[in-house]
Amino acid sequence: MKMSLKIIAKIIDDEGLKRTITRLAHEIIERNRGADRIAVVGVRTRGATLAQRIVNKIEEIEQKKVPFGILDITLYRDDFRKRLKQPIVQRTDIPFHIDGIDVILVDDVLYTGRTARAAMDALMDFGRPASVQLVVLVDRGHRELPIHADYVGKNIPTSVGEEIQVRLLETDKEDCVLLVEAPEEEN
Amino acid sequence: MALSISHLLGLEGVSKSDIQTILDTAESFKEILSRPIPKVPTLRGKTIVNLFFEPSTRTRISFELAQKRLSADTVNFSTSTSSVKKGETLKDTVRNIEAMKIDMVVVRHAVSGVPFFLTQCMDAAIINAGDGIHEHPTQALLDMMSLKEKFGTLEGLKVAIIGDISHSRVAGSNIRGLQTMGAQVLLCGPKTLIPRNVEELGTSVNYNLDEVIEWADVLNVLRIQLERQESGLFPSIREYHAEFGVTVKRLERANKEITIMHPGPINRGIELDSDIADADFSIILNQVTNGVAVRMAVLYLLSGLEGSVD
Amino acid sequence: MKKSDKILLKGGEIIDPVAKKHETLDVAIIDGRIDKLGVIDEKSFSGKVIDVSGCWIVPGLIDMHVHLREPGREDEETVHSGCAAAMAGGFTAVCTMPNTSPACDNQNVVQFIKERARDELVDVFPIAAVTKNRAGKEITEMGELVKTGAVAFSDDGRPVVHSAVMRHALEYSGMYNVPIIDHCDDMDLFEGGHINEGKMSTWLGIPPIPDVGEEILIARDILLAKYTGGKVHIAHISTKGGVELVRRAKEERINVTCEVTPHHLTLTEDALVSYDTNLKMNPPLRTAEDITALKKGLQDGTIDAIASDHAPHSIEEKDVEFDAAPFGIIGLETMLGVINTKIVMDGIITLEQAIEKMCLSPRKILNLPIPGIAEGEHANLTIFDPKKSWTVNLHAFKSLSRNSPFGGWKLNGFVRCVVNKGVYWENSSK
Repeated sequence: MKMSLKIIAKIIDDEGLKRTITRLAHEIIERNRGADRIAVVGVRTRGATLAQRIVNKIEEIEQKKVPFGILDITLYRDDFRKRLKQPIVQRTDIPFHIDGIDVILVDDVLYTGRTARAAMDALMDFGRPASVQLVVLVDRGHRELPIHADYVGKNIPTSVGEEIQVRLLETDKEDCVLLVEAPEEEN
Repeated sequence: MALSISHLLGLEGVSKSDIQTILDTAESFKEILSRPIPKVPTLRGKTIVNLFFEPSTRTRISFELAQKRLSADTVNFSTSTSSVKKGETLKDTVRNIEAMKIDMVVVRHAVSGVPFFLTQCMDAAIINAGDGIHEHPTQALLDMMSLKEKFGTLEGLKVAIIGDISHSRVAGSNIRGLQTMGAQVLLCGPKTLIPRNVEELGTSVNYNLDEVIEWADVLNVLRIQLERQESGLFPSIREYHAEFGVTVKRLERANKEITIMHPGPINRGIELDSDIADADFSIILNQVTNGVAVRMAVLYLLSGLEGSVD
Repeated sequence: MKKSDKILLKGGEIIDPVAKKHETLDVAIIDGRIDKLGVIDEKSFSGKVIDVSGCWIVPGLIDMHVHLREPGREDEETVHSGCAAAMAGGFTAVCTMPNTSPACDNQNVVQFIKERARDELVDVFPIAAVTKNRAGKEITEMGELVKTGAVAFSDDGRPVVHSAVMRHALEYSGMYNVPIIDHCDDMDLFEGGHINEGKMSTWLGIPPIPDVGEEILIARDILLAKYTGGKVHIAHISTKGGVELVRRAKEERINVTCEVTPHHLTLTEDALVSYDTNLKMNPPLRTAEDITALKKGLQDGTIDAIASDHAPHSIEEKDVEFDAAPFGIIGLETMLGVINTKIVMDGIITLEQAIEKMCLSPRKILNLPIPGIAEGEHANLTIFDPKKSWTVNLHAFKSLSRNSPFGGWKLNGFVRCVVNKGVYWENSSK
């Protein structure tokens, strides 16, 4: 995956990413009539980074604190037996009660829906939220489960031979979304 | 990021990076234990057999809990409910169990080397839950995890292990693991309970507990088996307490901050004063909590290797 | 094993340590006796001709310490299968230890064993128990036993624990000049042990057997031999300290002899890393330092004899957790090869000296006649090729048991044939 990456197109650049985050934040506030009863939870790794940015934006707009958590879904994956390498388990950090709260679940890319399914399973082990709303930066289609996103940064129809790469400053030294040729290993 | 080992037979020969991986993973698992629903579906469909040929409450419960937290199916097999007493050989017993299609075996046995023996007669991943007077690796891992939580690192830490070293598999694994992780280990106990060739394990011995306390950051106090007195290995409980008991008086005299560990169950007032066991510088209960997390980590990390490629 | 009225051994090198003979000669054997030595034309010989060029022809070798589990554990070894193993290993005689079931502590069992061995090529010399039922309390009917055919007394497998019993046994057997063969270990120190106390016992967490236990009993036995004038033979000596004690006793002309096994000369406790029960024996494997002392003992004559301590155990008994496995390994079929390859070829002792320790010395200790290689003598011969190599295959063993640590070893010293009691056995594998 690291070697000779073939880029097909840059879908979102750094400026575009800022605008998308701002729009998503506004949509979340609008749908939930403010930010009083919501909490934002990001899926490790890049979903968490995006979630942090969305939280910052919401707090900036609403001028109030929004609970923020991070979910590691490694242990909930349904593909873990098929993977060649065992994934590293990282910490889940949800420092608030989710009972009765509208949880905004953030991930970078929505594809088969299996990650979102695992994330929801993981979330349910923390309690019973009033609702779970799904935010994704990119929806690339090819769903294998009946899951849809409530907030979408951008819909990008792709073929199976392609892959979406979300690159973020914190982990990848730049902000952008790339459409690349898929390597052997699927994420 | 899998381990380079496929069984956990002991900490002998286990690399620093493997131990590090286990401890890091255990830290992540510890969070799960504090959730409202402390259970993840990771090992769903995996079958684990707990083969306990020796009575055990703590270790078995800790392993069972770890397995249940990971959603594995578990079966318990202990001597009192098995065919072992009917004269079946160990090999036949484990072959029979293996024929029932199991993925992992957690084994405790009074004879050293039995976990290794099992690797020779079955394909499942084997985890040693204590063999004879050899090793008890998950106990040492949870001890190390507890120390890492308290001190941040094991590098350079001075750990004294006090008591019956000769018959202690807890000491056997701690000596190996701690030294691999860069800690210094000193042993203390009556000479009759220290193996003759203990220097082979890379440690030294001091028979003077006060000097040992002076030196140490941590005292890992072992349980003294009272039947050792009957076989003449120390003169009396009273003398043991006087010479090797970790007492409030001794610690006061040393006048220093020190961390106390004990693998349990404690003989209060013999190897350890009650007040010390319950003091805030004792991390004995943290050890118990970490035991479940460490065992979850070991189960998770060893489950992934086998059958991981489609 | 075939009967043959006439055999011609062609082209072998005769080594007779008694007559100090060492030359290449053909041997004609007629009706079990050596008829002629010299250059014999095979065309003029009407019997069976065996080409033994490149081979050594030596007086029949004896293994003075074997366990043939008959009576009692015929699934592990019988007198017959043990004799087959002995022939394959180049031995024309064995001495059987009395820890059978029932124990060989009375004339009936001695007679039974001799009866079982009557038609064998191999001479089987029973060793009777020192004490009744090997219980360490009352001494056996030694006089009667000697008359019935017992060549020595031993409670092997365990020592004669009580000093008073040992004293009386030495006094009593001394009347017949028959040795007490003692398995030296202090049972209090031995208690519950499985391997040598040392690096590996600490490392593997296996209950230890201290070497000082062997030394304590050797010292006691030496002192009692001196005190009583009896004759003591130390079985399977394994410790540096033990060798030193025997050396000093011999300097003092005390009537003590000892033997060593091939495994104690070639394997150390370090081999135990994999908890292999075929490395579990008693006395246990010791250290490299002990091996050096044992080799020195062989060189300076402190150690008189080499014996295998052939101890057959079934696979079921050995294929268990380490502590549950019985002590002992088999060695009849590998002893000559191991000694030739690891002791003789490494220059520790000469092949002649090795032959002496597997033939002359044991026979002297046990008051047995020494076979000569001269015209008119009974033909009692071992013929082997010291240069020819072979690989130990446990499954090809004639023994009924397989508990050997030497499987897969490449050895030099191939047994070609043995001759005794008017019959001969020829190795069919090439």
